[in-house]
Amino acid sequence: MSKQFSKEKMDEYEEILTHFPNKKAALLPTLRLVEEEFGYVDTEGCKLVADLLDLSPAYVYGVLTFYTHYNREWHGRYRIMVCATLMCALKDSLEIVEHIKKKLNIEIGERTADGKFSLEKVECLASCGTAPAIQINEDYYENLTPEKVDKILNDLK
Amino acid sequence: MAFEPVLLKYINIENSEKMDFYLSHNGYEGAKKALSMDPKAVTEEVKASGLRGRGGAGFPTGLKWSFIPADKKPVYLSCNADESEPGTFKDRYILERDPHELLEGIIICCWAIQSNQAYIYIRGEFTLGAKIVNRAIKEAREKGYIGKNIFGKGFDLDVFVMRGAGAYICGEETAQLTSIEGSRGNPKLKPPFPAVVGLFGKPTIINNVETLANLPHIMNKGADWHKSFGTEKSPGFKIFSVSGHVKKPGNYEVPLGTPLREIIYEYAGGVLNDKKIKAVIPGGSSTPLITPDQLDITMDYESLQAAGSMLGSGAITVLDEDVCMVDAIWNLMRFYHHESCGQCTPCREGTGWLEKLVRRIKMGEGRKEDLDNILEICANMQGKTICVLSDAAAMPMKSYLNTFKHEFEAMIRD
Ligand SMILES: Cc1cc2nc3c(=O)[nH]c(=O)nc-3n(C[C@H](O)[C@H](O)[C@H](O)COP(=O)(O)O)c2cc1C
Ligand code: SF4
Ligand code: FES
Repeated sequence: MSKQFSKEKMDEYEEILTHFPNKKAALLPTLRLVEEEFGYVDTEGCKLVADLLDLSPAYVYGVLTFYTHYNREWHGRYRIMVCATLMCALKDSLEIVEHIKKKLNIEIGERTADGKFSLEKVECLASCGTAPAIQINEDYYENLTPEKVDKILNDLK
Repeated sequence: MAFEPVLLKYINIENSEKMDFYLSHNGYEGAKKALSMDPKAVTEEVKASGLRGRGGAGFPTGLKWSFIPADKKPVYLSCNADESEPGTFKDRYILERDPHELLEGIIICCWAIQSNQAYIYIRGEFTLGAKIVNRAIKEAREKGYIGKNIFGKGFDLDVFVMRGAGAYICGEETAQLTSIEGSRGNPKLKPPFPAVVGLFGKPTIINNVETLANLPHIMNKGADWHKSFGTEKSPGFKIFSVSGHVKKPGNYEVPLGTPLREIIYEYAGGVLNDKKIKAVIPGGSSTPLITPDQLDITMDYESLQAAGSMLGSGAITVLDEDVCMVDAIWNLMRFYHHESCGQCTPCREGTGWLEKLVRRIKMGEGRKEDLDNILEICANMQGKTICVLSDAAAMPMKSYLNTFKHEFEAMIRD
């Protein structure tokens, strides 16, 4: 079965359209709705968006892949994004990356076997004053040490 | 250190993001005043204040608004909340802790440029910021400050939060517009400038969050008050995001023209572990380095330019004596290579080569000719591309290499 929005998401979608002079401009916000409804955006999700906005699925997929922040199929339930940019690197973010890799026994770009965690390096999160920083799903964690990382990961159920 | 913050005055107070709090601190008075004036008079006031864009380029705000053609409608505003220049973390605090200050600024700008539709382009990672701004928009709608017939003046204004999705380039103004239009965030050649042909082909102003947050204060207290701070060419005050090897990293709002030394040693508490400074990035990752002998430089647009650098977004990063400059610039070249949108050959290939060459040197496999090659690649990357990301990568590369050539040479063996 192809993916469909719930009534509630359809209402949200209709509301989004009111802010734009054309449908295509609703593309990025509609991809967010797919993410919220299904947890991630895959080719089925692209198809759904393409049908709604009168675009081709290939176009939607092309736009989706330009951006790195949408949740994709391979991501874990907890998506760990470690800032790799200079200001965090000055504050030993590399050590944090190595620590997480060892603790979860995965490499960058991988997911744990139980699907719980995935690990990515990302660029400056605008948390340089509280470096090193990571984002897990929607939340920021700042001023990290390996000990703090342990506690954060252990507390995620 | 006598300056009392204006933009960040309330950010550490509980509930500062709520409408009631904002109203109890003179909130929306500036917007009311603006809407009682002729839109052109608002633009003139902002021009007279000397306010310059805080997103990086420092372009005079009122002047930019005056480029909107009188006869082309509709007009759009895109508030740039993409905040992704490495080192910068100021807009995030305005979004999360004082969203009404921003919304009031948006209302003032939209009245001046006669725009009925504003978008706030918030980087995708700022989920919290987007939620808080959306809540603030809802509050402002309930009060009649956003929506139909705002402040009872017969003027409609819609404000919509557009969430980005993890692409640094969407902070560049033309890329931001293509992104809002539902495309990959590819920049476009200028001219035409967005003020004439922008979003959906219509006149569009792009202003940074901090720029817009200045407007309520300028409307309330006047252009002369604003000009009483800062320098002649850089009036007003600015938030500096201080990171790297300092004891107290954070955002410090000070008058433009404040000495860099004072910001680092007094506001940010000095260098971590009392080490020596090797270099300072004065305005975000793309700005050329300031060396320890230049610490008395004053932080304003003209002084940084005279020193061969830029005030940029006001992101100051302190690098202590132990930092390997080859390592540092490798990290940045990696960043720019990753973030190049790939449309222009000099940028797409140039950032890739720079990353590879610097990595080779860092790994001890560099060759003597690599250093000249790096400089030649940089020369081929500047002034030749659709947007200035290419220049933004070449500038620091040249600066790090020219200033710390001995460190690069020491890592090359043959
Ligand atoms: C590669 C690149 C990235 C940029 N990123 C940002 C950004 O994250 N936030 C921002 O406000 N301006 C950014 N800018 C500057 C914008 O293009 C634009 O000049 C600015 O938003 C205009 O607003 P202002 O006049 O209020 O400063 C960037 C520019 C370039 C070339
Ligand atoms: S300079 Fe780089 S980022 Fe800018 S348009 Fe060209 S390829 Fe894209
Ligand atoms: S460099 Fe990591 S948050 Fe900015």
